[in-house]
Amino acid sequence: MSVILVGTRKGLFVLEPSAAGWRIARTAFLGDPVTMVLTDARDGRWYAALEHGHFGPKVHASDDRGVTWTEVATPSFPAEEGEDGAKGPSVSSIWSMETASDGGLWCGTIPAALFRSDDQGASWQRLAPFWELPQRAQWFGGGKDDAGLHSICVDPTDPRHLAVAISSGGVWDSPDDGQTWDLRADGMIACYMPPERQLDPNVQDVHRLVQSPTHPDHLWVQHHCGAWRSTDGGRSWQALDVPPSAFGFPVVVHPTDPHTAWFVPAVKDQFRIPVDGKVVVARTRDGGASFEVLADGLPQEHAYDLVYRHALDIDATGDRLAFGSTTGALWTTDDGGDHWHEVSAHLPPIYVVRFGA
Amino acid sequence: MPHLAFTPNLARHVMRPAGEWPGATVREVLEAAFAQSPAARGYVLDDQGAVRKHVAVFVNGELVDDRQRLSDPVGDDDQVFVMQALSGG
Repeated sequence: MSVILVGTRKGLFVLEPSAAGWRIARTAFLGDPVTMVLTDARDGRWYAALEHGHFGPKVHASDDRGVTWTEVATPSFPAEEGEDGAKGPSVSSIWSMETASDGGLWCGTIPAALFRSDDQGASWQRLAPFWELPQRAQWFGGGKDDAGLHSICVDPTDPRHLAVAISSGGVWDSPDDGQTWDLRADGMIACYMPPERQLDPNVQDVHRLVQSPTHPDHLWVQHHCGAWRSTDGGRSWQALDVPPSAFGFPVVVHPTDPHTAWFVPAVKDQFRIPVDGKVVVARTRDGGASFEVLADGLPQEHAYDLVYRHALDIDATGDRLAFGSTTGALWTTDDGGDHWHEVSAHLPPIYVVRFGA
Repeated sequence: MPHLAFTPNLARHVMRPAGEWPGATVREVLEAAFAQSPAARGYVLDDQGAVRKHVAVFVNGELVDDRQRLSDPVGDDDQVFVMQALSGG
């Protein structure tokens, strides 16, 4: 049975389909922030990343589709002490989780690092070649204390081929399961930087990166200063004119059509609210040459829902999408966004929405 | 032996380590408790072994000075209390 997992500021909600549409079947971690979820189709195990305000991030796993949960290991940095007595970093947030090659798991964190588990979350190892990139010194947080790794694309046709994105630190490609990395953000423009640094690929504030599962060279980005698309694996990027605003956080791409993608635009930067108080979704079917603004079933008057980068998802059919907002509203569609249905308007602020099998 | 206690808000995550634990410093008492309940460690200490930013440790009602090394001395009859800093939301 397909499910939608919704991670919020106050717990995890598991939605199942019913005759009347999606309904909340059960909850977990009520009261605790859930920043990321992952369902692993290979072994049926579900993961939830919590972020206790005082007690740090934690990872829990479920082998019975979210009925019971057990805490597993949390990615953490090795203890280190610098010459000046300064301590090394600590993981403050778990910001991305994906399945990796050979049965493994990837986890992206704030500060921006990649961790891998090959034992279903019982232990995690920091990926040294990524942490040791000299360019890391130039990364910085976009609205957070530290830079964060929020997007991990694992190429379905070659799971050792990775593309990740950092806010703020550009897009990075690895052909060899993370052993070597290539910075690929040429063409993006960091409008917030001094003029002489705006084209620097290493300072680009990518909000979200997604990859076409069937055409892995086709990448889509929502960025702090606009939206971009690449058809050559990130070697070059073309700017997109997304209506009604180029600002936003999430983007998803169709599972089989690399030219079809969806964005949820907002008024940029210091406002972060829907344009004119209307919640809309922008869809392109032609690689970003043109967009439709989809609003049927979405609030069009005095709506101030912001949609975070992980709070929009699409299922394997390509027809069903779901997204949730900071106001606690959750919408779904069964026809690619032509019509939307409100599942709830009363959930806690939503961080992540993901379909699972 | 020193007595170790946790705020109820933390005790719901940290099931076992409250009680009497040996040690002459805050670090030794906590490490003795964490040796029995390794999962509790990450709730109190960060990746580098320092007290988490929004956690506070008291000895007999006095906030400990050394949040990095936890070197504050602890006597046999002392009370070590771990709590969270208060916040909203």
